[in-house]
Amino acid sequence: MVQIALNGLRVEVDEGMTILEAARFYGIAIPTLCYLEGLSPYGACRLCLVEIGSPGQSKLVTSCTYRVEEGLIVRTDSDWVIKRRKMLIELYLATCPSSKVIQDLASKYHVTSVRFTPWYEDCILCGLCVRMCAEQMQGKAIGFAHRGSNRKVTTPFDKESEVCRLCGGCMYVCPACQSRCQGPQEEQPVCNACLNLQQPCLDYFDDKMCFMDPCVACELDTNRELKVKRRL
Amino acid sequence: MSRQLSDVEDVLQNALNKHGLSVVPLLQEIQEHFRYLPEEVLRMLSRKTGIPLIEIYHAATFYNSLSLTPRARHQIKICAGTTCHIRGGGKLIEEIFQVLGIRPGEITPNGEFMLETVNCLGCCAFAPAMVVDGKYYGNLTPGEVRKILSKLRERAALMEK
Ligand code: SF4
Ligand code: SF4
Ligand code: SF4
Ligand code: FES
Ligand code: FES
Repeated sequence: MVQIALNGLRVEVDEGMTILEAARFYGIAIPTLCYLEGLSPYGACRLCLVEIGSPGQSKLVTSCTYRVEEGLIVRTDSDWVIKRRKMLIELYLATCPSSKVIQDLASKYHVTSVRFTPWYEDCILCGLCVRMCAEQMQGKAIGFAHRGSNRKVTTPFDKESEVCRLCGGCMYVCPACQSRCQGPQEEQPVCNACLNLQQPCLDYFDDKMCFMDPCVACELDTNRELKVKRRL
Repeated sequence: MSRQLSDVEDVLQNALNKHGLSVVPLLQEIQEHFRYLPEEVLRMLSRKTGIPLIEIYHAATFYNSLSLTPRARHQIKICAGTTCHIRGGGKLIEEIFQVLGIRPGEITPNGEFMLETVNCLGCCAFAPAMVVDGKYYGNLTPGEVRKILSKLRERAALMEK
């Protein structure tokens, strides 16, 4: 067991855990794109970054690959982290606006505009499918090929694989394969439909009367209030 | 593929004896024999060693020095950078077309020469410049290019004998 400070909370965690595992164990959410429980960490999407170290000498690290150590100070939602995370989400939005996973992250983190021209990739190179195939399906049917801006996930020689068993595991974990909801704003690079949800009940009751727990609309609204408060 | 199957087996076995299961040296060895990495040979390598084909393909596409398509015996790179262009690089390309009949990006039908252009070879002081099989030539005139090419051809003819 080692002691770490998690968002100001003194907690004990197992040695060898990553910061991400420790945070999730204590119920603190850290967004990820290239991490999935049961697959080896990859450290590629940078979305899971957190701030470590005492103020003034702190730095950002990817929590999915960084292991806890005695006395480690971790802040998972500092201004610095949030700012970087939002920037990353904006970049991913521009890369792959058709992904529901990325659109949901945008809504969750209040990313409401994209300053880059969207280029509609159908893969964000998170490598989840490759690891799923190799580590859980014992397939090794797909992998990365080429490099630089030509890097892509494919089968050997871009031909039908001889070892793929068509289990579908790769598609199941792919964040880009889940298409976003088909709303009226389908053409926009940002969806944000969930972000703009109104609590449907407010016209009738005030929130004390409500027995819906949890309510997505309420939750989003409280988050929004908290965020606004923090910014003030 | 013009080679016999047992030939390929020999090449693979040799490479394996030399390099064990390290993918990149294996591929380099194979490329030396065939001048590129034929798909069938890579598939055989995978079957023989149990190395997943995707790992082999990954390495084969990652390194610029490895090629999945046939390469010419001699790689000619003509500089198309600004300095070389001003100092007559275009004339060299024209000369090569006169001698070999190929434009940048093409291979001679006998697989002997391939011509490419690059954007600045980093030796502008010797412009116009070209690189043949890794050897640099500078301050070139079309006449000199002609000479270098015919020397390479003579040598190739000797080796055939
Ligand atoms: S409507 Fe909500 S859940 Fe659907 S893509 Fe938009 S933000 Fe995500
Ligand atoms: S469907 Fe094929 S490529 Fe995808 S995880 Fe399964 S075996 Fe691998
Ligand atoms: S295909 Fe999907 S899972 Fe695979 S690397 Fe691309 S985005 Fe990730
Ligand atoms: S989840 Fe840590 S870098 Fe992607
Ligand atoms: S422009 Fe040809 S070497 Fe620089």
